[in-house]
Amino acid sequence: MKLSESWLREWIEIPVGVEELASQLTMSGLEVDSIDSASSDFTGVLIGHILSTKPHPDADNLKICQVLSASEKTFQVVCGASNARQGIKVPFAAIGSALPNSTIKKAKIRNIESSGMLCGADELGMSDESEGLLELPLDAPVGKDLFSYLKLSDKVIDIDLTPNRGDCLSIRGIAREVATLNSTPFCELNFPHTNITIPDIFPVKIRDDRSCSRYASRIIRNIDISLSTPFWIQNKLRLSGVRSVDLVVDITNYVMLELGQPMHAFDLNKLEGGILVRMATENESLKLLDGSEVVMTTDTLVIADQSKAIAMAGIMGGADSAISAKTRDIFLESACFDPVAISGRSRLYGKHTDSSHRFERGVDIKLQEIAIERATSLLLETSKGDVGPVTVTESKKNQIHKADIILRKKRLEQQLGLSIQSEKVEDILKRLGLTVTSILDIGWSCCPPSWRFDLSIEADLIEEIARIYGYENLPISIPSTQLPIKGSPESKRELKYLRGQLIARGYNEAITYCFVDPGVQSNLMPNSDSVSLINPISEDMSVMRTTLLSGLLPAVRHNLNRQQDRVRMFETGLIFTLNGTDLKQESMISGVITGPRMPDNLHSKREPVDFFDLKGDVQSLLQLSGCSDQFEFIKDGKHFLHSGQCARIERNGEIIGWLGQIHPVIQKNLDLIQPVFIFELKLQSILEDKIPQFIGMSKFPEIRRDLAFVVNIDISAGDLCKTAHNNAGKILIDTKIFDVYEGEGIEINSKSIALGLTFRDSSRTLEDYEVNDAISLIVKAIEKEHSGILRG
Amino acid sequence: MKNIQLLKDEAIAAITSAIDIKSLEQVKVDYLGKKGLLTSLLKGLGKLTAQERPEAGASINAAKKHVLDQIDLRRQAIEFNEIESRLVEETLDISLPGRGSDKGSLHLVTHTMERIESFFTNVGYKVEQGPEIEDDYHNFEALNIPAHHPARAMHDTFYVGQNRVLRTHTSPVQIRTMETQSPPIRIICPGRVYRCDSDLTHTPMFHQIEGLVLDKNISMADLKGTVIQFLKAFFEEDLPVRFRPSYFPFTEPSAEVDMQCTGCKGTGCRICKDTGWLEIMGCGMVHPAVLSHCNVDAEKYSGFAFGMGVERLAMLRYGVTDLRLFFENDLKFLKQFH
Repeated sequence: MKLSESWLREWIEIPVGVEELASQLTMSGLEVDSIDSASSDFTGVLIGHILSTKPHPDADNLKICQVLSASEKTFQVVCGASNARQGIKVPFAAIGSALPNSTIKKAKIRNIESSGMLCGADELGMSDESEGLLELPLDAPVGKDLFSYLKLSDKVIDIDLTPNRGDCLSIRGIAREVATLNSTPFCELNFPHTNITIPDIFPVKIRDDRSCSRYASRIIRNIDISLSTPFWIQNKLRLSGVRSVDLVVDITNYVMLELGQPMHAFDLNKLEGGILVRMATENESLKLLDGSEVVMTTDTLVIADQSKAIAMAGIMGGADSAISAKTRDIFLESACFDPVAISGRSRLYGKHTDSSHRFERGVDIKLQEIAIERATSLLLETSKGDVGPVTVTESKKNQIHKADIILRKKRLEQQLGLSIQSEKVEDILKRLGLTVTSILDIGWSCCPPSWRFDLSIEADLIEEIARIYGYENLPISIPSTQLPIKGSPESKRELKYLRGQLIARGYNEAITYCFVDPGVQSNLMPNSDSVSLINPISEDMSVMRTTLLSGLLPAVRHNLNRQQDRVRMFETGLIFTLNGTDLKQESMISGVITGPRMPDNLHSKREPVDFFDLKGDVQSLLQLSGCSDQFEFIKDGKHFLHSGQCARIERNGEIIGWLGQIHPVIQKNLDLIQPVFIFELKLQSILEDKIPQFIGMSKFPEIRRDLAFVVNIDISAGDLCKTAHNNAGKILIDTKIFDVYEGEGIEINSKSIALGLTFRDSSRTLEDYEVNDAISLIVKAIEKEHSGILRG
Repeated sequence: MKNIQLLKDEAIAAITSAIDIKSLEQVKVDYLGKKGLLTSLLKGLGKLTAQERPEAGASINAAKKHVLDQIDLRRQAIEFNEIESRLVEETLDISLPGRGSDKGSLHLVTHTMERIESFFTNVGYKVEQGPEIEDDYHNFEALNIPAHHPARAMHDTFYVGQNRVLRTHTSPVQIRTMETQSPPIRIICPGRVYRCDSDLTHTPMFHQIEGLVLDKNISMADLKGTVIQFLKAFFEEDLPVRFRPSYFPFTEPSAEVDMQCTGCKGTGCRICKDTGWLEIMGCGMVHPAVLSHCNVDAEKYSGFAFGMGVERLAMLRYGVTDLRLFFENDLKFLKQFH
């Protein structure tokens, strides 16, 4: 909220300067965002009176004005503003005056001499835009310095109020807060109430009791809407960032800024029958002041007359009943709507207004008559008018009776870690406007003032005491507690070890958005049911990932397209899958590699990575669990992976992940300029660790035998090893595949697989014949199971 | 005996001219071997008289010993030279890069979270995590943010369905923990959070770490102390910290924590927008309504909670100037950290 320092000082004596005031407010929870000058600096600008204008002979849109200003001299000024006309008073920048962006010199404009410049508010740095010249009040003293006349040395304080402090959304509210902080007296505004001259009233009914507790109204007839708003009101509106519209709207806005009560004025002659405060009917539509037409939901509170809705209550008035240039009789509304009835609605319709902002946060329930009297009195200062009585309609349910709040000394002391003297507590309560209704043994019973609708429980009061006492004055300690030793299961591997392993193998950790491009994801997981965002930032961030690759592959592409041809990345995080309405959020770890195996230097041969680089990385992860024998790589197909370079990984029969090369077609679809290898594993399945158990080491020698078999090209080396193990007995302790060969010397469609077999017994030295026996068993089995022939 | 002297001189000359171990061995065989020239002299002793024999034997043996000593010395010299020349031959340009030295990197956000977690786990906090698609109850209702509460507007929520949202903070993890565990509770909740906001200083996804301590007699003073100690540990500097009243629906009293600007030490700069202070985190005493939602007896237990944005802390600590870099995953960025 923006407020003028000088306006605030009209309300209350403030013993400190603006900087100190801002610091006080900030440290009491009313955060000051900025303190700005009311205007940019300018000098030499005086008040000028346009005595006459005539058209410029050589330019249609220019006028030659005779301007009376300093020392009763007349100056000839060429001006292009459309509102330049005889009789008005305007800012006159004399020769030599310094404006925010220019210095004024004598000039000839299309051959006509111009001795100075007439200014708009924008040229003086008072606003960002303006229409034509800034018109000053007709009683403005000609020749006087404009800067001091407009009190432009004023400061505008911008306060970022928290939603609980609706009571501070006005000059009155801030003034009250400043009084509380400085222990200075606060005086309510004093102004004369206007005499009632006509008996006219307009009937008001509240149908929706809970949504509107009070509705004050008044008829004023025969006003002159054509009169312009007093300049001092316009000036205060401008400093508060509110645009001037017309006399009536300006005054209702002024009262809102001053007292915090949003008001609305209807054109009385456009209302039929009476006012009814009710919920909108099914599909009821309303044309609003801003020209838009809305169809309302049935939980939208409206102000209606006999025939139709005429305003969206507390948010915006309707266009049909609005004040216009022809309006003579008005119906003033000053109501108290319940925050619950207003909250959310302005957002629903995209109509956030100064009024809805205040009603959502709460408006003082005792303010309605004061506001309507204030508005009447301001209006009648400018215009004539016949004033009817104020009528107040109150709903029965929403009576202002708040239960007293008990504040316990002990609780206060416990929560703040500090004992505050009773007198000090009572003083703070009083300064905050609370009434201590009785002093109890355990503490105080108190009643909050009508404007502090945010105070209803003990914790609210504890916060208020702490706030006024000053958070900086509260003590500092450290919680003490018993800290029993709590172990963590050793058989659970921590994620950071997996991360460390991949990093040691050259992977960079990435963090990608969990909402991804559905186009990318459909390439990878076309059949999975993904979760869509109802309100995404953009289409390419509109579905939740069902695989980490939906984010990682675009990240790879980003780097490949930026001269990084060697990319190794991994990510850990949740994926989100829907099974019907069942939502599953599962932790995964995924990695991608592409480009040369080694970084580019003299040791590397610039060989590209292949499936086995990837598999090696995956195996190193699986080995971290100490259970690598439980994992199995099974040749399989997945549509987005290369059919010949793809495997699923199982742990004890359960699928826990995939690895392989991205299918060439998918690679192309995703604009990846080179082959990319990926893996993705279920995190929980690889974090399960085994507590290692010692096995005695054999002292007896190992015997190594190498065998090569010719087999059909389709036989996998892994199957050969399995067969060897299953048939050799316990003494075969290790099998290594040390060569796979196709080509010269081997039949077409066949290959040679060379196995290195290591034999050992834990309790004795093996005899040659035992090893030979085992080998002949292996050879027979491989021949039988895989038609493998031992190579000579 | 002139013969002995002659042979000895010849042998020494041969030793001196031997250039490698092999030729030296040959010299040894030639003079000292079974049929060596000096050895053969011993065989001639028989021809001498008994008086001459001891003296002649002694001088032959002395000559043999001298030659043998010279061979050993020469061998050492040759071996030394051979090693020396091998060392010269094998000398490398050690400025060339090591092989396979390539190391990856931990994301700066992960690093920052792990570092913060460790400060707290070292003093008995447990790390808790929760779902990122949350229900309305855990993300809002249980945290005392009813529907239509203006505070919901502060949260720019992503909705994914009836009653389901992307969590806007990690606070629902606190709720889930209080629902399932009884006090004393000391937890830290790191994780991804989501807000429907994207500009220079906001990304629609970012990370938070929240902490919760729930026990008997926990006070605002404990909160202040905890936050101050944490910030000192994180920035390794004793910068002034201030607590400013604020408002969060789930804490009361609530505070915003400001720390003196790390960039200018309070004199005002671009980082702190000339205020000299940096907003670092929000915190407060857990609101009684939140405790009651979790069936915690607010009369018996009280607690504090605090929450901070990980990216913001990382930016301040490591001088990162653009928030969006965290999620672009450009290797030139990622590789700067370890």
